Amino acid sequence: MRKKPRVGEKVVVGIIWTAAVLVLAVLAAIIVYILVKGLPQLSWEFLTQIPRNMGRAGGISSTIVGTLLVTAVAIVIAVPFGVGTAFYLAEYTKEGIITRIIRFSAESLAGIPSIVYGLFGFIFFVITLKMGYSVLSGGLTLAIMILPTIIRTAEEAIRTVPNSYRETSYSLGATKWQTIIKTVFPSSLPGIVNGIILSVGRCVAETAAVMLTAGSILRMPKSLGDSSRTMAVHFFILASEDISMEKAYGTAALLILLIFLINVVANILVNRFAAKRR
Amino acid sequence: MLKYSVALRRQGVGENKRVEAPGQKAKLKTESVDLFYGSYHALRDITMDIPACAITAIIGPSGCGKSSLLRLFNRANDLIPGARVEGQIYLDGEPIYGNATDVVLLRRRVGMVFQKPNLFPMSIYDNLAMGPRRHGIRRRAQLDEIAERSLRQVALWDELKDQLKKPGQELPVGQQQRLCIARALAIQPEVILMDESCSALDPASTMKVEELMEELAQQYTIMIVTHNMEQAVRVSDMAAFMMIDEDKVGRLVEYAPTVEMFSRPADKRTEDYITGRFG
Ligand SMILES: Nc1ncnc2c1ncn2[C@@H]1O[C@H](COP(=O)(O)OP(=O)(O)OP(=O)(O)O)[C@@H](O)[C@H]1O
Ligand SMILES: [Mg+2]
Repeated sequence: MRKKPRVGEKVVVGIIWTAAVLVLAVLAAIIVYILVKGLPQLSWEFLTQIPRNMGRAGGISSTIVGTLLVTAVAIVIAVPFGVGTAFYLAEYTKEGIITRIIRFSAESLAGIPSIVYGLFGFIFFVITLKMGYSVLSGGLTLAIMILPTIIRTAEEAIRTVPNSYRETSYSLGATKWQTIIKTVFPSSLPGIVNGIILSVGRCVAETAAVMLTAGSILRMPKSLGDSSRTMAVHFFILASEDISMEKAYGTAALLILLIFLINVVANILVNRFAAKRR
Repeated sequence: MLKYSVALRRQGVGENKRVEAPGQKAKLKTESVDLFYGSYHALRDITMDIPACAITAIIGPSGCGKSSLLRLFNRANDLIPGARVEGQIYLDGEPIYGNATDVVLLRRRVGMVFQKPNLFPMSIYDNLAMGPRRHGIRRRAQLDEIAERSLRQVALWDELKDQLKKPGQELPVGQQQRLCIARALAIQPEVILMDESCSALDPASTMKVEELMEELAQQYTIMIVTHNMEQAVRVSDMAAFMMIDEDKVGRLVEYAPTVEMFSRPADKRTEDYITGRFG
């Protein structure tokens, strides 16, 4: 009854483990490298002043505002449409031609490179609709770009809500609408928010699509009709045109911190809501 | 057959006055009901009257359609894509299958308790208040009253009154199931459907729930599905024995007052099943 040495299994586990560690190490290395290079750049002036001399001097305040505005527009538009579509797909339709068309379109959209969205946004929003380079054009373009992600993650989250929740809700005399809003929605919310966070990350980090639609002007945007440069675009221009590597690292570090912050805040909000739901 | 009579006498069922064919009045009536899941024929030609303020037990081998039958009474099968019902069921003489039926209202009148306790991940209080809230009751005082009333009905008030804020899922399973019954009672239904609601419970909790059923039967019409023959004998007034026929379709083989069925089964298949189950 000696235990057989399971060499094959051990080797595979070893490989998987190594792969995981490697991936984590690479990620950690990138983040640490950028933070080490970038954090010393961060200062009150860096956060609050407008870039001067193409970004060589001053801060990056207008690009922070631009990033937040463009992202906010994208999220405010994409989330209701995306989550609504997800609920429609998961709760209101039987599998059929229509659902397959919607799902196929969403999946195809998810695979398109962002520069294509940029081009589309440029032609459609900037030129055809005469919205010009603006926060609005950028936000709308990003909204279309993140829509598939939001639909897919939300639909998955809705489908993982146990069917017994729905059955129980109905058995207590709840209507379909109440069941969806008060039972299915709160239970799927963490998953939905996860998808939104992912999308916020993509918006904040997006370069090509916003550069073509929101433009790259360094002024502080005063309205949604103004052109604005986002942090990612700023970083790209600073680095690629060799304007200032220090400021570029500072911008990158702030981007990382921003995404981190959004994650934390969203998680806190979700937990609050989950604790309060009834 | 001997075994049963013994079981019956042991339970004192023979002396129980409620055993005399109860329910002057039928609360629920099914009329040649057939149920299909897509092309799968699950139930055929079920016709039965369910007496008011009594306990009706549905028994039969696994897969014969007991749950399917029970779920017809609150139209829970509506949620299953492809499920189709033929025939008609009447609640207080009114048909419940038809376009004119308010299914939401039906489910408020016909409550359901499931096999496993299925509390939501929220407090005891919010679980109890869920049904009433869905029906538009918002006033705190009224909700408090409902919570207290339904907890008293399941004899949990004294134990739980000081911990209503506690998550329901942290209670022992037996209490959770009674809480589920209380939650069903909170919407003041007229009929309560219980699908193997004791099967996840220990004997002590089962006893409690059975006592509870008998008490509730004074006021509510109760239908249970059970695999436990002793339980059927102990609590039910009427018993329905189901089985699949040659075509694998669920049929109602015999339906009679429980004492009668368990002492003088009319059908050979009933006899075989119940003698086999008491062992
Ligand atoms: N949603 C469904 N779709 C298709 N077939 C189903 C569905 N639910 C049940 N059935 C089938 O209908 C038949 C009756 O099932 P049902 O669950 O009513 O039996 P049951 O008597 O309650 O069994 P058990 O004692 O195991 O709970 C079974 O053959 C089952 O496979
Ligand atoms: Mg069953």
